[in-house]
Amino acid sequence: MPMPNSDHIKVKVWRGDAGGGSFAEFEVPQQPAQTVLDVVTWIQRHADSTLSYRFACRVGMCGSCAMMVNGIPRWTCRTHVNKVVQDNRLTVEPLRNLPVIKDLACDMSEFFDKWKRAEGQFSGTNTRAQAVAAISPAEPARRAANAAIECINCAICYAACDVVSWNPGYLGPAALNRAWSLQNDSRDRRHGERLRAISADGGCLSCHSQQGCASYCPNELNPTASIAGLKKMAASAFFRSR
Amino acid sequence: MKAHRRQPLYLAFLLHRLSGLGLALFLPLHFYVLGRALAGEAAFDEALSWTEGPLVKLAEFGLVFLLAVHFFGGLRLLALENMPWSNQHKNYAALAVAIAFFIACGFLLRAV
Amino acid sequence: MIELRLYLAQRISAAIMAPLVLVHLGVMIYAIQGGVSADEILARTRGSLLWGGFYGLFVIAVAVHAAIGLRNILSEWLHLRGLLLSGLCWFIGFALLAAGLRAVAAVVGS
Repeated sequence: MPMPNSDHIKVKVWRGDAGGGSFAEFEVPQQPAQTVLDVVTWIQRHADSTLSYRFACRVGMCGSCAMMVNGIPRWTCRTHVNKVVQDNRLTVEPLRNLPVIKDLACDMSEFFDKWKRAEGQFSGTNTRAQAVAAISPAEPARRAANAAIECINCAICYAACDVVSWNPGYLGPAALNRAWSLQNDSRDRRHGERLRAISADGGCLSCHSQQGCASYCPNELNPTASIAGLKKMAASAFFRSR
Repeated sequence: MKAHRRQPLYLAFLLHRLSGLGLALFLPLHFYVLGRALAGEAAFDEALSWTEGPLVKLAEFGLVFLLAVHFFGGLRLLALENMPWSNQHKNYAALAVAIAFFIACGFLLRAV
Repeated sequence: MIELRLYLAQRISAAIMAPLVLVHLGVMIYAIQGGVSADEILARTRGSLLWGGFYGLFVIAVAVHAAIGLRNILSEWLHLRGLLLSGLCWFIGFALLAAGLRAVAAVVGS
């Protein structure tokens, strides 16, 4: 039994698939400015080449490398080990609230299906033959849309949300945040359909404003604020239709 | 508690839910005791005499705290959902607990 | 769209109760000094239209509010769904309403 090494991190990694699994332990050499993704990559290259995980850009743009790190959902490529390590230990698990494909890679289908259910796609009225719409960046609606727009679909908010875990039908913070930015986009022509989608059961009205989504969003968006905006839209549409 | 839940507004949610649950479970007892007045003043007094014990006083302190914290926490949620967005909700949640505790202490001081 | 109606009923009943709860807290803190007695309570409430209306409205709002709140708990924490969930929710609401109105009648009626 080798002595515990302080220039090594003890890393517990969840291994398994949809049928279940367990933790495997690895000792990973510490490096300066090392990210959690670096740690996972080191394990895959040097300790166990069968480890599955997902990443692409490594610079916080693509949103594909999110995992649970010591119980908190994080973008692993931009999470420095020295910020999250506890007693020289790291626990890395697949994102919560999503079915596992294998090891650290989740099936994101339901996350994106809900994005569609919330009418998350832009549908404009203009064609390319027409001039670009003139929208002042100072317009209140445009500012609301801008505040919500920098989402990278990493599903960290979805993993942080307890309402998703209690009610699998709930659309979740990311899809609703997207719906909010489109409801504030004056070029979009499906505001009515989208409002119906987000007012339906499992929509914005299920949110309990715990703000886990806002606490852990790596881009510092606030889906709870967006959802609160949608609730106001849903309520006033109800009274206007009376 | 799971690591991702260790943030103030989850605790505020949990307190709101548990205080609401506690109040809802207390209501039948509350209504039963008041309903004893139908059987006459003596029966009502007998039902109320049960509230004289020191442990019951402490339980009442708890109930006043539950009502107050559910009230102020609920006002915070109504504001969150119906007023312009504020980034101060962690502070408001802490304030709600503080005021509720203050009110419950005021009740206890007058009760003993 | 059940959820939209429940959401609105929950918030509207809360807003109705807000001033009522404040008065209720005030009365409790005022009345608790020296303990509560049947005499003291009934002297205040018997034959009073004002207190009757106050507590009557309070009971209606709390029955709605508690039934919907418990519905959320039953659904999210105990995973009840469908008819069982809505049936229980209606039962809780009507039981609280009946017991509450009976209590109001008991302290207001003479």
